[in-house]
Amino acid sequence: MTSHAIEAERVSVRFGDHDALRGVSFAAPEGAFVALIGPNGAGKTTLLNVILGLQSVSNGSVKLYGNLPQQLPAQSLGYIPQVKTLDRSFPGRAIELVVTGIRRSWPWRISSSERDAALKAMERTGASRVADRPIAKLSGGELQRVYLARALVRKPKLLVLDEPGAGMDAAGEADMYHILEHYRRDHGATILMITHDWEGARTHASHVLLMDRGLAAFGAPAEVAREDRLLQVFGYAGHKAASHGGAQHG
Amino acid sequence: MGSSLSDLVRNALIGGMLVGFVASYFGVFVVQRRMAFLGSGLAHAAFGGIALALFANIEPIYVAIPFTVVFAIAIVWIRENSVLAEDTAIGVAVAVAMALGIVFLQFKDNFADAQAYLFGSILFISGPELGMAAAMACVTLATFPLWSSWAYATFDRSLAQTDRLKVRTHDYTLAVALAVAIVVSIKLAGILLISTFLVLPAATARLLSRSFLQMTVVSVLIGTLTPAAGFYLSLIPDWPPSATIIFLQSALFVVALGVRRVAQ
Repeated sequence: MTSHAIEAERVSVRFGDHDALRGVSFAAPEGAFVALIGPNGAGKTTLLNVILGLQSVSNGSVKLYGNLPQQLPAQSLGYIPQVKTLDRSFPGRAIELVVTGIRRSWPWRISSSERDAALKAMERTGASRVADRPIAKLSGGELQRVYLARALVRKPKLLVLDEPGAGMDAAGEADMYHILEHYRRDHGATILMITHDWEGARTHASHVLLMDRGLAAFGAPAEVAREDRLLQVFGYAGHKAASHGGAQHG
Repeated sequence: MGSSLSDLVRNALIGGMLVGFVASYFGVFVVQRRMAFLGSGLAHAAFGGIALALFANIEPIYVAIPFTVVFAIAIVWIRENSVLAEDTAIGVAVAVAMALGIVFLQFKDNFADAQAYLFGSILFISGPELGMAAAMACVTLATFPLWSSWAYATFDRSLAQTDRLKVRTHDYTLAVALAVAIVVSIKLAGILLISTFLVLPAATARLLSRSFLQMTVVSVLIGTLTPAAGFYLSLIPDWPPSATIIFLQSALFVVALGVRRVAQ
């Protein structure tokens, strides 16, 4: 029986002559809340894609609950992409997007049981009032809440979030952490979240995975989030480090 | 044995509605996936296959379908396995297919047959072309169960991939279906207009719809009914039917734009 939700062993990914990941190893226990942080170009999205099974590795391996990422049942995985990647021209309503979390396809009609389940999840994330609104008319914060409901409606044991705080105000962000922590506690789920919010990671995450040019440091926030290390990686050690101009690495 | 005028009109109406149905159904995916240039590229690729068939005195559709399908697969493969963008891959494929077509046509004495395919000739839809259009309509109906998966991948490819949908297989299936749909539609609209024929019903439907299902239904209704209506309208000023159908679809698009503006 494995006690690790995510286990990465010397994972390397190479694009041409560029090393996106260089021998990344870490093991996140079941029920962990892992904040994945690092400057632009650090390899965060590549690692996320490897974990989601969207990117193959050049070397090493990743296992999710003892399985290869592609072998983890889709129902066990809740993924929240960046809202900025959304095609807002797609004609659909918020509740249809949430129902894709149940069906794993776009619904041509929604049954009453699907509607009830979707609305319950949307209530939990504060999105029920926009259930029938067209996706194109949702704000960034509302869309994040809808995506969160879509991920939670299937009750996944692994929740993967790509910058969920983007587009949210401070109250919305606090609310999101509250929802995630409750979900983790109630379902024993593991959470992996790319974030630029250092303070949020320090306060809410059980572990921090700090990426820098394809290499990683992993551990408790107090161990990894030392000021000297933050200065070395970001060139800045304060709030929302990556949002500051001086924090950007190539 | 020659065909009577009523046979020609009947073939034109049935053929027009069948290919209108097929093109407008796939058109919703073409519009939402921003694949209009692929539609145009495949129509031009089909020109190479048609020219080869005319050169070899074979029924064009039998050559154009495999020819265009190979190009469709090649374009998707290049997009997914190289650093080139799709429009670059299409540009290369179109140039090669057109060059082949020009070479084959050089050996033909007259260009009348080729003109029918370039500009469309709904009145001269042949028996095999009508049969192929009916078969393609059946194939299109058979793909209806894939609508939900295609729609999901159209909305967000990575989301569909994390849900273990075989998105790449779907890409190839859609590209091949699109290639066949274009070839069977060419006699109706012509190579030069077929991409518009793919895009206009779906674009009009997008303006009038709140859901993707609604967009699909409205697009299919416009695509299926306008060829018949356009055919009869074309008799009044004695215009080419393919151009009249496009004018009719364009008029509906402009009306939909107005309706959308008023509704907002």
